[in-house]
Amino acid sequence: MSGQQETGQAVSETEQTAPEQAPDETSSGHGGGRSALLQGSMGRNAGLVLALLALGAVGYITAGDRFLNVDNFMTIFRAAAVIGVLSIGMTFVITGGGIDLSVGSVMGLSTVWASTLATQTMAEDTHWIVMVLTALAVGTAAGLVNGVLIAYGKVVAFIATLAMMVAARGLAEMISNRRTQIVEVDGFLDFFRADVLGVPVLVWMFALVAVVGWVLLNRTTFGRRTVAVGGNPEAARLAGIKVQRHTMYLYGLAGFTAGIAAVMMLARTTAGTSTNGLYYELDAIAAVVVGGTLLAGGRGTIVGTVFGVLIFSILRNVFTQNNMSISAQAVAQGVIIVVAVLLQQQFAERSKRKA
Amino acid sequence: MVTADPTAPMLQMHGIVKTFPGARALDGVDLEVRPGEVHCLLGQNGAGKSTLIKVLAGAHQPNEGTILVDGEPITITDPVTALGYGIATMYQELDVVDGLSVAENIYLGHELARAGFTQRRSLTRRTRELLERLGHGDLSPHAEVGNLSAAGKQIVSMARALSHDARVIVMDEPSAVLDSGEVENLFRVVRELTSQGVAIIYISHRLEEIREIGDRITVLKDGSTVATNLEVADTPTAELIRLMTGKAVDNTFPELPGVPAGAEPLLEVENLELADTFSDVSFTVREGEVVGLAGLVGAGRSEILETIYGARRATGGTVRVGGSPLRTGSVPRAVRAGIGLCPEERKSQGLILDEAVYRNITLPSFDRFASGGFLNESAERAAAEEQVVALDVRPTDVDRTVRTLSGGNQQKAILGRWLVQGCRVLLLDEPTRGVDVGARAEIYALIRSLADAGAAVVVVSSEIEEVLGLADRVLVVSEGRIVHEGPSSSIDEHGVLDLVMEGSAA
Repeated sequence: MSGQQETGQAVSETEQTAPEQAPDETSSGHGGGRSALLQGSMGRNAGLVLALLALGAVGYITAGDRFLNVDNFMTIFRAAAVIGVLSIGMTFVITGGGIDLSVGSVMGLSTVWASTLATQTMAEDTHWIVMVLTALAVGTAAGLVNGVLIAYGKVVAFIATLAMMVAARGLAEMISNRRTQIVEVDGFLDFFRADVLGVPVLVWMFALVAVVGWVLLNRTTFGRRTVAVGGNPEAARLAGIKVQRHTMYLYGLAGFTAGIAAVMMLARTTAGTSTNGLYYELDAIAAVVVGGTLLAGGRGTIVGTVFGVLIFSILRNVFTQNNMSISAQAVAQGVIIVVAVLLQQQFAERSKRKA
Repeated sequence: MVTADPTAPMLQMHGIVKTFPGARALDGVDLEVRPGEVHCLLGQNGAGKSTLIKVLAGAHQPNEGTILVDGEPITITDPVTALGYGIATMYQELDVVDGLSVAENIYLGHELARAGFTQRRSLTRRTRELLERLGHGDLSPHAEVGNLSAAGKQIVSMARALSHDARVIVMDEPSAVLDSGEVENLFRVVRELTSQGVAIIYISHRLEEIREIGDRITVLKDGSTVATNLEVADTPTAELIRLMTGKAVDNTFPELPGVPAGAEPLLEVENLELADTFSDVSFTVREGEVVGLAGLVGAGRSEILETIYGARRATGGTVRVGGSPLRTGSVPRAVRAGIGLCPEERKSQGLILDEAVYRNITLPSFDRFASGGFLNESAERAAAEEQVVALDVRPTDVDRTVRTLSGGNQQKAILGRWLVQGCRVLLLDEPTRGVDVGARAEIYALIRSLADAGAAVVVVSSEIEEVLGLADRVLVVSEGRIVHEGPSSSIDEHGVLDLVMEGSAA
């Protein structure tokens, strides 16, 4: 509302309550608070919905009924599910002011570890849940290693997770000898490849992770801590929040979601290989950022992330339906990321000016 | 460079109006600056000082009004034009690049280069000349700016202004980041500059500084000039405050009721030590008592507070809260014991600026509004609203982002945070920094009423007057040691300064 605010940062951000601005303040009094925030996030989500509809329209115009049918939509969702689960974990890390480049590799490692001959034999002998637990344990452990390095070792997140990205991939290759390990545990495949109410289990899993993620971020102390730590770690620390421990948990959580994604990947491809999840971290980061989570931390949106994931999945589907090359797809993806971030900055600018 | 007639104004601004969507930031400002004078610009936060500076610096274009340099009307379209007319601006947050050397910073943007290659030798030579003009030949042109103190960075910033042949330098609260010794040095440099005919537009909240360095004063209020070209020597402080606030202010500090005889000690600090920073710090604060720590910046006052609070790990000594020992070194433990800290840097250490007011108020305590990890935001909001009313935070809407509050109201929000938490020991580090004159009195009254309600309060302030006016008892800290302890009535500003200077000379 005030030009002084907009440009006043170098000098003083406190000129807000100046008498001359009093009338303006009352007029935006309602807008300045919760309702405006709501409008803001609804505005952003509306933009995402619009983008989805536009993509859908392009799909329908170019591919007609091949695009617009239930089976194709299930294909889109199934394709979105794995990246989607990774993206939910990534949303927490980024909201908390961090980044995790290792989730793709960690997921790959988890698929390999959960599908070794030893694990599968054990699963055959006991229960297929062993494979699930293995994947979750491997993912979580790798995430916690990231977390300890970053929170207590003070290694920059970018570097620590880059190291994990390389090392986890290497470890996966060592364990698998670079061979593809076919999943032969029928119980596992039967469970995760089934449909419930006409919707694949994998899609249900994505939906469940998204809902739990939303509740965790928006309704719990864990979520509040995440936003506080990402918004201003020093203020959080001086308010008595255990910033280091929470940071560790966030990377542990990202690793845990990588474990879930690994289970889903094993079910979808019926194989564990060291190349599973290659570049998935980049897709996940792209989905999170396009969804409206601030890369700098302090503000995150699970709903936005889900939209971000869907936008990229539909894009891929539309390109595939029209037999267009993967390369053209990649270019379009790049353009979308840049446009989304530019729009986001506009929004940020405007809301700051309004404030 | 000095014009023939020394009293002929070098820079004039007439009827400057600047509007922003929904706000009239400047509404007819007049300013007249003579060569070689220190012209002080006074006004509360929001009076339009920063907008005026930005108009001068070319960051804003005025909607109406004229600017004249040497009697010729000019238009300042951007910062480069401003520099071309000899108008340089030193912002409060200095715009120096930490990773570059002193010389590189001074010539940033107009590098001495031939065919793209920097001319290192002449760069060094000319930097030395500029630094000598400022009386700082001791500063090496090759020193990395990131290693300099705030005072050093200011010198670099001023040298940069000179490198553009500046005839007017605008200084926005240059003393805010300096301790008393450095302020003296700043004044020396300012006098050096004015003796060379350079005019200074000096902005400060500290009236006593203006008295010391200023020649003439222009007062802004609500975007317009309410008084201009007042001679500093002829204008009493009370008159200045009246002009700035529009009301007469006589006594800004609340009455000290005195601590009741039987008051229990709430905070006991014994032989506290932090290696290489302070040692042998012992004092007691009783309920209802305000204890002030006076001293220079860097004397260890903030560190003492942070160590009591557990944000730094003590290397020795004990802290007791309400009689029971507190194992130091952990903020959560200190908070649980009932200690709250309002940190020195409100924005970077205290607040999550883009979060709602209520979330900032419940930042240490939101756990208590949750069951099984699930937050009860309506209870949270209610608790925050209670404090907003009790502390008179304005506006009262707790859903606003805290960024939009004024400095004083942000400070109240942080105080409210500790009241929600039920803290009985409050450590306040520079509680009125960046708070304008009117709101200061409110903060003072608030601190007093918290003490009257039974809290034990420790206040650190660089403004000796504030410590003396606010505290029941004063500790003077110098070089990490307490050099004086006594009731605030037992010592005056000069006495404190004497002690402090003695200590730092030794």
